Amino acid sequence: MHAVYKETFFIEGGDFSRAGAAASRVKQILKEIGLEAQYIKRAVIIAYEAEINVVSYAHRGQMSLAVSPSSIEILVEDTGPGIEDIELAMQEGYSTATDWIREMGFGAGMGLPNIKKNSDQLQIDSKVGSGTRLLAKVHIREPGGKQ
Amino acid sequence: MKLHEVVDALGLKVRCCQDRLDREVGGAYVSDLLSDVMARARAGDLWITLQTHLNIVAVAALNDLAGVVLVNGREPEQGTLSKAQDEGVVLMVSEEPTFEVAGKLYQMGIRGVHGPG
Repeated sequence: MHAVYKETFFIEGGDFSRAGAAASRVKQILKEIGLEAQYIKRAVIIAYEAEINVVSYAHRGQMSLAVSPSSIEILVEDTGPGIEDIELAMQEGYSTATDWIREMGFGAGMGLPNIKKNSDQLQIDSKVGSGTRLLAKVHIREPGGKQ
Repeated sequence: MKLHEVVDALGLKVRCCQDRLDREVGGAYVSDLLSDVMARARAGDLWITLQTHLNIVAVAALNDLAGVVLVNGREPEQGTLSKAQDEGVVLMVSEEPTFEVAGKLYQMGIRGVHGPG
């Protein structure tokens, strides 16, 4: 892909006071680029859920946003415990969140499924004890035309 | 229906952004799970919840919600208030529980995601 816009945001694990900041920047940038609302909404959901996952489970991570005329790419890489069973983690309702995280209304086992629903392509690689890499793509289709 | 009409009809206390009550309310959504709101709420919706921590502000702002109604007289935390000021998110408090708030909104003609009309 030939990115016309690229930016990387840092995410601190465990810091819920800043959670959503990266997703908020993603939204702002995509709006400035002037993308259609449906693409922005999907990318923002992906960015927010991925950011919350880093905040909830990882030590730290970073999110890179790359936008081209044909796609929005969100790459999130973290240093942390990793995901033992990705297939299980993708199941709606499955979560390893602590009680404290659940009390805030997170950890309902909806994050990864939400990401999947809103992505045209999704790839998750994880190494237990090391970290997780998530790459999600949203395809931008020209109105009534080619992809 | 404008947000200030809802505030008057339900006797809500506005804790942030009194100057933003002129907004049209497009619908409403009830949930205490943040991912659920991310997935289902639409821009212009009122969000009814018992969560009071500051992450509700990010969820409301990211989804361009009309405002957040905190139920059972639950007050926003200090961090929530200051973040709402920064982001311009309307926070309101109802003394009533979720069921009553939602019921009154429905009676006023406000509908949810799958509601008719």
